[in-house]
Amino acid sequence: MKVKVIVTLKDGVLDPQGKAIQQTLNGMSFSDIKQVRQGKYFDIEVNIEDEKKAKANVEEMCKKLLANLVIEDYKIL
Amino acid sequence: MKSSVIIFPGSNCDRDMDVALKKFGFKNQMVWHNDPEIPKSDLIVLPGGFSYGDYLRCGSIAAKSKIIKSVIDFANSGGLVIGICNGFQILIETGLLPGALLTNKYLKFICKNVFVKLNKDESKYFKNIKKNVLELHIAHNDGNYFCSKDEVKSLEDNNQIAVNYCGQNGEVTEQFNPNGSINNIAGIFNKNKNIIGMMPHPERMIDKCLSSNDGNFFFENLIQNLK
Repeated sequence: MKVKVIVTLKDGVLDPQGKAIQQTLNGMSFSDIKQVRQGKYFDIEVNIEDEKKAKANVEEMCKKLLANLVIEDYKIL
Repeated sequence: MKSSVIIFPGSNCDRDMDVALKKFGFKNQMVWHNDPEIPKSDLIVLPGGFSYGDYLRCGSIAAKSKIIKSVIDFANSGGLVIGICNGFQILIETGLLPGALLTNKYLKFICKNVFVKLNKDESKYFKNIKKNVLELHIAHNDGNYFCSKDEVKSLEDNNQIAVNYCGQNGEVTEQFNPNGSINNIAGIFNKNKNIIGMMPHPERMIDKCLSSNDGNFFFENLIQNLK
């Protein structure tokens, strides 16, 4: 099955890329933006059919490699 | 004194480091990342570059490479480990050093000479260097040192801040902070002071004809303190 993961910077961690995206959007006349935070998306296909087991497996991947828990949070969708 | 420089796919300061170490008397050996272990060494260096293309996060893939277990074991047994630039990022990703290195505050790759103030108190790396401020080179996109307020306090309490960006006369102020690092931090030690990670490149400053020679102070002192 496929497991989707989103990794984002924790609140309070400076995100200059998000800021640059926001400024560009502002320049394109999208003026109603409060904040843009950017992150990473992973689509992981595992050879496990049991959803619970698959997600537990992906959670280990998040902790050990996909996210740096000092600065990032992960969310398994 | 034997040293080992680890080469990862994408390392590009490995040979500069080799030249620098040999110039000051180290018997240096180059070690490939896929080797199972490191030959007997008094010092291990993780060089600068873009290991594994900086994929995922700078240093994150190298931090899981085959050779890293030997580096971690060596460091944990008190061996001297230096990580310069990408090497610093790798040490952070292994967890041997605390914190994180974020993208530079103004999203620019910074390549220039900077002045750094040395913390000469305890470590073998800087003790006995006559100067307090060195002119070194930085070249990075992700050198913005970050950690929580509690961690900064812990770094200060344990005297782990190794180098700070500063002015020519040692002024550690925001004006001389090139990348947004907390408290102008350019490099840190682990608690035992046997591991140092820093963004500036001493190996690029060992020849007046090419750049400058403040890096000489670092390597000269290093081999003296190891003898």
